[in-house]
Parts: sequence; structure tokens; C-alpha cells
Amino acid sequence: MKIGIPKEIFTDERRVAATPPSVHKLINLGYEVTVETGAGEAAHYRDEAYEAVGATIAVDTRSLWSDADFILKVRAPMLNPALGKHEADLMKEGAFLVSYIWPAQNPELLEKLAARKITTFAIDSLPRISRAQKMDALSAMANIAGYRAVVEAANHFGRFFTGQVTAAGKVPPAKVMVIGAGVAGLAAVGAANSLGAIVRAFDTRLEVKEQIESMGAEFLQLDFGDEEGSGTGGYAKQMSDEFIKAEMALFAEQAKEVDIIITTALIPGKPAPKLITAEMVKSMKPGSVIVDLASERGGNCELTEPGKIVEHHEVTLIGYTDLPSRMAKVASDLYATNLFHLVTELTPEKDGQPQVNMEDDVIRGLTVVLGQDVTWPPPQPQTPTSPKPAPGTEEPSAEQKAAAHKESRRRSLIGKGAVLIVTLAALYGVGAYAPESFLRHFTVFVLACFIGWQVVWNVTASLHTPLMSVTNAISGIIVIGAMLHLAQAENAIVGIMAFVAVLIASINVGGGFRVTHRMLKMFRK
Amino acid sequence: MSTGLVSVAYVVASILFILSLGGLSHQESARRGNLYGVAGILIALVATMASVSDSGLVAIVIAVLVGASIGIVIANKVEMTQMPQLVALLHSFVGLAAVLVGFSGYVDPLIHTSGAEHTIKLVEVFVGIFIGAVTFTGSLVACGKLDGRIDSKALTLPGRHLMNLAAIAVSVLLGAWFLSTDSMAWGVIILVLMTVIASVLGIHLIMAIGGADMPVVVSMLNSYSGWAAASIGFMLGNDLLIVTGALVGSSGAILSYIMCKAMNRSFISVILGGFGQTSSSSVAGGADGQTAVEISADEVCEELRNADSVIIVPGYGMAVAQAQSGVSDMTKLLRERGVNVRFGIHPVAGRLPGHMNVLLAEAHVPYDIVLEMDEINADFPSTDVVLVIGANDTVNPAAAEDPGSPIAGMPVLEVWKARQVVILKRGMATGYSGVENPLFFKDNARMLFGDAKDSIDKLVSGLRG
Repeated sequence: MKIGIPKEIFTDERRVAATPPSVHKLINLGYEVTVETGAGEAAHYRDEAYEAVGATIAVDTRSLWSDADFILKVRAPMLNPALGKHEADLMKEGAFLVSYIWPAQNPELLEKLAARKITTFAIDSLPRISRAQKMDALSAMANIAGYRAVVEAANHFGRFFTGQVTAAGKVPPAKVMVIGAGVAGLAAVGAANSLGAIVRAFDTRLEVKEQIESMGAEFLQLDFGDEEGSGTGGYAKQMSDEFIKAEMALFAEQAKEVDIIITTALIPGKPAPKLITAEMVKSMKPGSVIVDLASERGGNCELTEPGKIVEHHEVTLIGYTDLPSRMAKVASDLYATNLFHLVTELTPEKDGQPQVNMEDDVIRGLTVVLGQDVTWPPPQPQTPTSPKPAPGTEEPSAEQKAAAHKESRRRSLIGKGAVLIVTLAALYGVGAYAPESFLRHFTVFVLACFIGWQVVWNVTASLHTPLMSVTNAISGIIVIGAMLHLAQAENAIVGIMAFVAVLIASINVGGGFRVTHRMLKMFRK
Repeated sequence: MSTGLVSVAYVVASILFILSLGGLSHQESARRGNLYGVAGILIALVATMASVSDSGLVAIVIAVLVGASIGIVIANKVEMTQMPQLVALLHSFVGLAAVLVGFSGYVDPLIHTSGAEHTIKLVEVFVGIFIGAVTFTGSLVACGKLDGRIDSKALTLPGRHLMNLAAIAVSVLLGAWFLSTDSMAWGVIILVLMTVIASVLGIHLIMAIGGADMPVVVSMLNSYSGWAAASIGFMLGNDLLIVTGALVGSSGAILSYIMCKAMNRSFISVILGGFGQTSSSSVAGGADGQTAVEISADEVCEELRNADSVIIVPGYGMAVAQAQSGVSDMTKLLRERGVNVRFGIHPVAGRLPGHMNVLLAEAHVPYDIVLEMDEINADFPSTDVVLVIGANDTVNPAAAEDPGSPIAGMPVLEVWKARQVVILKRGMATGYSGVENPLFFKDNARMLFGDAKDSIDKLVSGLRG
């Protein structure tokens, strides 16, 4: 089957859906790959590099689209102004497509694709479950966007991020507030922190506090009892009015203090919440910067304009919607890898023939058009937060556990009691019947056991092997018994037995000590 | 030499042995500890030689010199990876020596006894020979298994517990008979019979125990060789033998206990053997469509270059592939780059307690970066890359997460908490316990397939280039 990689035509889109390494791996999965000439140019991947790994280069856009059975691309299909035709119409009927689709916002695109019987996988509809993480392009791109947001902010900010004390005076560190601690927010926190800024972050979901702190930021916590903002699929949900009021008060207060605000707040299926009002922008220090990562969906700040940089009240407002594309190389690398993993999932036989297994949660979630049917939205995924245990596999109740614990304790008590009784009986027997000479040796034996017990517990685990070889060597002390017998041997057989015993016990002594010495010599700091 | 002087010499030797074991508690004092042991045994030997009549002295000196030379030659030649075999082999010598001395002591007693003392001596002879014989054959089998001459799989004959019990019961009956008979000829015949039964028991016991339980077996046999020496000491009325035997016996017992604890299994269940055969109840982690993600050596190099902290978790696979010197080179290269490299060692990694430490020491890995499980487990969450080299069950998250797993509750190295885990492995086979390892399907886990030595060599050349 033939995979086609078209050149992206969306304005300023520099990413590409396949890189030479990913093409190589796709070919190994049994596919033929055709790449439109110049597709990787903006991401610094030349046609020759694709050719070198076995792809063919298509010069004609129209034939690339019509020849391919499987199109991998970045942006959703759109009208190609040069050809005057919609990309969906350029495709072969019954082909496959992977790209961003945003099915909730683009119902008419779904209809169009269904009409052409194009089985469509929307990479943005990937279920957020652990198994699908290797295909999670949203997270991969959000990570880049978060990093780039800090870089853009730094570019427009007239000061250092890190505080410095120089001969020419002291420079305070920049203060950064990040709103929304998803992948992008956390990446922004990490990047700002490693540039040396003081970073604070806010999120309605209390569960991310630890993640924020692990990235080196302070978590701005609202003292707000029991309301918690975790929704399904690890996303945030809309909060109550009181909560929003308290949150806005917090932002208003922070706006006066911080130099840079990076907002990443999104609620699935809704326009981005307005969190930074014009009033707050006005209250910020002159020269401050706001980067609004939600600007494509309406923006978290009232004054940002999507795709542009504007200045209001001496504050720079960055509303770029193409931050990942501004880092086209790494964005293409990660996106291409995501798509490769997706194609791998679709091609279990590695024979270049995709199979759409709608029983698979991941594939089911991704597939928005199957043949001529629109299959979006998928059935509700299970909520990740505190899933109820299925009946039958219920955890044992506290009482059961306590009972089981009691039972096992009772048993171990009985066991210990039995050991104690047997020991006492044995000691009594020895004391009552054994002769004096035996008791003398017995005393020595018991004391030696105790000394051994005490001493050996102190041996460090790394020396257990030398411990074994040294105890081995000293257990060769049995040689003494053999020597005494050999010295007094009256008949030949005993003499031979004793001689052999002395010999092998000596092997033990010599070998054991020598090998211990060798081992210990190797241990060095 | 007077008996008083000999006794004093023995006391000094006993103290030196105790100091010897005490010295092993720290790396710094370990070598001194070994020297104490040598000194102790020399004092004991000289005192004993001085006490015996001249008649046997020549034979004694010849036997000791020849034996010691053989031992030293073997010890000089042995590879560190063969250490488990050597230790097991040496155990068998102690067992054989105990059997021989026991027979000599019965046929040609050094001290003549009567009444209750005589009965007790007979019991000592009997017990000494029994333990000695079990140790002798058991250690030989363990040695064969560790050396690969005998299949290391557990041999499970039908009704094997019954057979063992029967062997013990018959031995006890023979023992009763042995005490009641007055004829030395019968006595010898009974002893020989018992020796044969004990030898078979030793073989059968160890045959039923699989390869990865060997740390317990070897330390158990270590303990037995001590008890055998102690019972011979009782027979001869020699306190030095008793003290030494008790020291060795309790040392081996402690090691077995530590090993069992590290596998969360009782000593009895290990000794009864047959573990790892009934894996049908285990949950197959890979069945529900999970796939392990492969990674190339180049990508691993890249990960390692970018990492701040790396933990290497070696297992028996590293020893089998002889990859330790490559691992050491890699460690050196990474440390030169300022990467914090450490090793996490599970107590039962390898085939001998402390096996991994010895191999890494041989390859010149500094011992202060080789840490025990308890020391390093808390550090995994803050670690960038974990390299698992030939370990499987000791890093299995099922032990911690799946109460239905056969290895549930076994303490494991929590490698999956690191940012990324790379597992060097030959294939997707299960570990010794036969339990599927869900670690391979974790999102932060990557598989680097191939022989551990080849893979490590690739990483080393990749890091150099």
C-alpha cells in the first residue's frame, strides 16, 4: 500500500508528517512511501534525504494525492487555492487519512470525508490512556508550544530571566506566572525555571500540584475547600462561579506582581475561558509580556489577537497560534514518530495493509470516519479518576483484612509457642541426661552460635560472596580432626581415609583464603 | 607440646576467626579480616602438628602442603563468573571430609568412651556423617547446575516430598539400630547404608531446586558444612571445631534467611523446590494487546548522553553474557561526562549472595556507587534513565502491584518509577519464576534486544564516538 506525504499548504505551517527516519520505519512496515517535493523543506529535511531511505518524490501535487492509499499529514484537509480544489476531493475514494481534524469544530469536513469514503483517523481525538501515549501528538506539540512560549516571552521581555548581581548593579529575577498546568503549562514552567526565573503556576486541578512543584514552580493554591477541577480524560472541567471569582481575584493580585504571564487554560469542547481581563493587563508593570497559548480558541486574555503580537498599556501580548510550527524540526520529528506508532498499531501484520480494529479503544477513539460512516463522537471512555472496582474483584473489606491479619498472627504465635516448647524440652533433656563433658562442649557451641549470629548480621551485603568463601575456608578447620586421626591411625584404611580428609580439607583452606584475598583486592573506591 | 598450650592456641584461633568474620562488615577492614582467618588457621595447624606424635607428621605435612597448593592453584585460575561453582565445590569438600573423619572416628576412636557418653558420641558420629554426606552430594549437584553441566531447571519427580521424608525416616530408623548394635562390623554397614541414603537425598534435594534459587541453596549448603564441622567437633571433643562450625553454620543460616526474605518466600518453600513450574495461574500481561516498544542502541546512547542520573540494574544475564567489563567502561565514560551513575543490586541477583558486587568489583567499578536495593529504591523517581541488564524478576512491577502474581510481595527494584527504563534482553521470554513482566509494557520502558555484551559494546562505542 502506498503512503503519501503531501506538502502542508496552511499558511506558515512548517511541519511535515514524516521525516526520513520515520519513512524508513514505515517502509519496514511494508508500505511504499511517496513524498511531495519540498514537503520537508521548512523543517530542514531535503528531498534527497527522503530518497536516501527509499521514498519516491512526487513532483505533482495532484498525482501524489490521487495515487496514495494512505495520506499522513499535519493540518486538516482544506481548500487548495492553487488547484482550486479541496484536498479531500483530491484523495482517492476509499483511502485512509491521518491528520489533525478537530471533529467537534468541523462537522462539515467529516461529512465531506465520509462522502468520499475516506477512513479518517483524527490524531487530536486520541484517547488519553497510558497505552496511547506514544501516539499522543497533542502532548508532544503542547510540550513544544510551552517551551516556545517561554522563548517568545524572553524575546519580547527587556530583562534577564535570572537575577544577577553585577558590578554595574543588581538585576532582579523575572517573575513568571503560568496558568494551566497541562503538558504545555508544565513545559513552560520547566523552561522558565531553567532560565532562572521565579515561576508560579496555577491550575484548577489539585492533583497537578506535585507535578508543578517537581518542575520547580510554586503552586498557587486557592483556599477553596472541596471543589476540584478534574474532568474526564485528564482534562479540566468548568468551575463554579464562586470558584472563578476567587480565581480571578488571585490573578488580579498576581498580575500586579509578575512580569510574564503564560496562559494555557482550555476546557474540551468549549471556548477558552477568559482569565486575564483588560483591567489586569493595565495593572501590569510596563514592559511585561503575556503569551496566550489558548488564542486559537479565543484566548485566555481579553486583549490577545490570534496569530499576532499586539501591545496594550505597554504590555506585549503574544497570540501566536503556530508555536510548534515555529520549531518545525523537532515538531516534525515528534509528530512523525507519533504517526509511525499509530501506523504500527494499524498494521499488526507488518504487511503494509492497515486494519481498522474498532474493538481496540485507541483505534476506536481515533477513527472519526470509517468508510462512509461518521463514527464521531466515540462512546464515553472510562473515567480515569477513582474507578469503582468491578463487582467480584472487590477489595477485601477492612474487617476481612483485620480478621485475616488476626488469623495469621494467631498462627504465627502458635508456631512460635511450639518452637519455644520444643526448645525448652530439648534443653531440659540435655541438662537432665547428658554427661558433664558433653555439656561443656554444648555451652561452647551455643555461645559460638550466638557470636556468629551477632557478627554476621554486620556484614555488608556487597561482601556476602567473600563472606561465603572465607567461612568456607575456615570450615576447612575440620582438617584438625582429620590430622589427629591420621597421626594415630592404627589400620591402613583409616589412615587412607584420614589422609584424603586432610588433603581435601586443605584444598578448602588454601583455596578459600586465596580466592577471598583475590576478591577483596578487587573492591576499590 | 602440652595440651594446655594447644588449648590456648585453639582459643586464639577461635578469636581470630571471630575477628575475621567481624572484619568483613566493612570494605575497609575486609582484607584484614581475611588475614585474621589465615593467621587463625595457621596457628591451629601448627599447634595440632606440634601436639601429635612424630609418626604421622610426615604424612600430615605432605597432605596439607599438597592440598593447600591445589587449592591455591584452583583459586588463582578461577574466573569471577565461576565463583558460585567454586564455592559450591569447596562446600562439597568439607562435606566429604566430615564423612571421612566421621568414619575414622567410629572405627578408630581417639577417645574411648562408655555409657551415656558413648551413646552421645555415636549420635554425633551418625549426625556428622549424615550432614556431611548431604552436603557433599548436594554441593556437587549445585556446582554442576551452576556450571551448566546439569540442567538448572528444577527436577520434579512425582511424590518427591514423600521420597525425601522416607529417606529421612529410614535414616532415623538406621540411627536407632546403630545405637543398639554392639558389633563394629554391623555399625560400619549401617553407617555405609545411611551414607548412601543421605547422598541420594542430597542429590535429590538440590536437583529439585531451580537456578535462581541457587543463592539460597549455596548459603544453605554453607550452613550445613558448618554444622557438619561442628558435629565432628563434638565427636572429637574439640572446641575449636565446635566454635568454627557454629560460626560458619550461623553465617550460612543468616545468608539463607536474607536471601529468602529478598524473595518473599519461606525457607521451607525454597528447600522443597519446584518453584517456577506452576506458572499457569500467572496473569499474562502481554495478552491484552500491549506491545513492548523497541529502541536502538543509538537512541539509548542519546538518552544516556542527555541524562543527569543513570542507575544500572544488573542481573544474572550480565554474568552469563560476561558483560561486566563493558558495563564498567560505559560507567567510566558516563562519569567522565558528569553523569551520576549508580548501580542497584537486588539481594538475590545472580547465583550467589553478593555475586553482582564481586563481578562489578572485578571490572573495576568503584564499590561506593554500587548500592543495595533499600539504599537506592527511593531514588528511582528522580532518575533519568535506568538500564536493566539481564534482570527480570527482580524488577517485576507485578510483585508490587498485582496481588494475584506468584511473586506478589517480593521486594523488587522499582525501576519503572524512573523517567525512562531501557531493558537489555535477548527476547521476550519470562524470567526464572515464569511470570510475565508488565515492566516491558510500561510506557516509559524500551527494549534493547540482543546479547547483553554486544548491546553494551555498541553503547560503549556509541558513547565514545
